[in-house]
Amino acid sequence: MTEAVVIGVGLHPFGRFPGKPALDMGADAVRLALADAGVDWPQVQGGYIGSYEVANPDAIVGRLGLTGIPLRGVFNGCATAGTAVALAARAIETGEHDLTIAIGLDKHPRGAFAADPSVAGIPSWYGQTGLFLTTHFFGMKINRYMHDHGISHETLARVASKNFRNAAGNEKAWRRTPLSPEEILASPVLNHPLRQFMYCGPNEGAAALVLCRADQAHKYTATPVRIRATALRSRRLGAFEVQSPSFPVGEPVASPTVDASREAYERAGIGPEDVDVAQLQDTDAGSEIIHMAENGLCKDGEQERLVAEGATEIGGRLPVNTDGGLLGNGEPIGASGLRQIHEIVLQLRGAAGSRQIPGTPRVGYTHLYGAPGASAVTILST
Amino acid sequence: MTTTQPVAEGLFTWPPTGSAPLRLIGSECTACGLVSFPASPDCVRCASTESKERLLSDRGTLWTYTTQNFRPPSPPYDGPRAFEPYSVGYVELPELLVEARLTEPDPEKLRIGQHMLLTLVPYTVRDDGTEVVTFAFAPAEDPAESEQETP
Ligand SMILES: [Zn+2]
Repeated sequence: MTEAVVIGVGLHPFGRFPGKPALDMGADAVRLALADAGVDWPQVQGGYIGSYEVANPDAIVGRLGLTGIPLRGVFNGCATAGTAVALAARAIETGEHDLTIAIGLDKHPRGAFAADPSVAGIPSWYGQTGLFLTTHFFGMKINRYMHDHGISHETLARVASKNFRNAAGNEKAWRRTPLSPEEILASPVLNHPLRQFMYCGPNEGAAALVLCRADQAHKYTATPVRIRATALRSRRLGAFEVQSPSFPVGEPVASPTVDASREAYERAGIGPEDVDVAQLQDTDAGSEIIHMAENGLCKDGEQERLVAEGATEIGGRLPVNTDGGLLGNGEPIGASGLRQIHEIVLQLRGAAGSRQIPGTPRVGYTHLYGAPGASAVTILST
Repeated sequence: MTTTQPVAEGLFTWPPTGSAPLRLIGSECTACGLVSFPASPDCVRCASTESKERLLSDRGTLWTYTTQNFRPPSPPYDGPRAFEPYSVGYVELPELLVEARLTEPDPEKLRIGQHMLLTLVPYTVRDDGTEVVTFAFAPAEDPAESEQETP
């Protein structure tokens, strides 16, 4: 099987851009990725594009050039970008195309996502009585996790503080004002134990990746980044998942993150001990802590010591969310996971500037999780 | 005179009476026995589409909880304009874990593992004065301990 490699990455800043349509942000990201790869749009043979807010993101060809290529729209909630990159890679692996593109773009209104529960197959009373909020799940999951594994409120605050500090060194990030753990612990509680500055917010942005066959990469770049594995998994019966009015008693069942992670490690022939840098879904500070363990990067409860030691800082032995993560960048859903891969590619090229992790990183890991209980993992290497 | 309505039909026994006390209405798959709440004709374990009504226990223990400190977006939320923070949690019943509002809004007064009892709360009042009730769980005494205290 032919391997797919990333030869170009492009990122439109994440934030708020009044008057700028999502498609224009997407076109900017694509042009940056094409320039990075040294490729012209007519050379792209096919691709996948994801968005929540834009009904027809494939209309982006009207900005980029009407070359007639298949550009397929994809959507899997917060895991959307995982699907876009997986399918863009698969098109190369199966021999359908030699050069493909994965694009994500979004432009969310301010505030928490509001929808009728019927979109998730849940009765109306669940929304009427104030239960249909994804943030409840994050508060309840970390509350139980802190109880079971001895994680402190200070550790939640340190994680958020780290991500805002990393974002401060990233000119394309959204929340670039450093906040101390004390300032974070002084912000109002939104969903106990999670506070205002422990949550990411939906916002705007776009990202794109150009992929090609590994055996042709030398034509474009000296530093291709290999896509070693992609995996997408949905929730299994018995897992404690977002937007669940009930779930069965009995032995706990692993989350889709654990399932996707195990599958990706196995496909890649790479273990968690080999990971040099990771971008994990930090919808909130608690999620980053839980996802460290669910992705096999530590044992349950070890996060308390690892975070206190600074292991997940840029200079630590397991840097997590070096570009500021979702906390620092916000979450334009369609683009979020491609932003993670953009950062991994820069880190593996040694081109991350002031955020560059020390040494010669070889393996990078990205992870997405969201409603209705879906997770996507991508493992990349030099 | 105020009238009271349940937020939805078929969610809990209504109106609760001495012979038909308050219970959540779930369903049980007739093929594999999986209990679902709210009642569902489809079984997510064996994919059967045959089920029968199953009333759930009214007592359990608190598995986890959180608070809601800002007014949720409307729609779908139709609680009062004047917002009072509330809490929500999962209560582990013998049959399954159910997500519900909790009567105690203060997280400092809630504890994982504590005993909980099913109740109804008026969560909003419609423009015509109709009070709308939904199910909730209230902190309760440990039934084993209260038995021991009985001489
Ligand atoms: Zn069944």
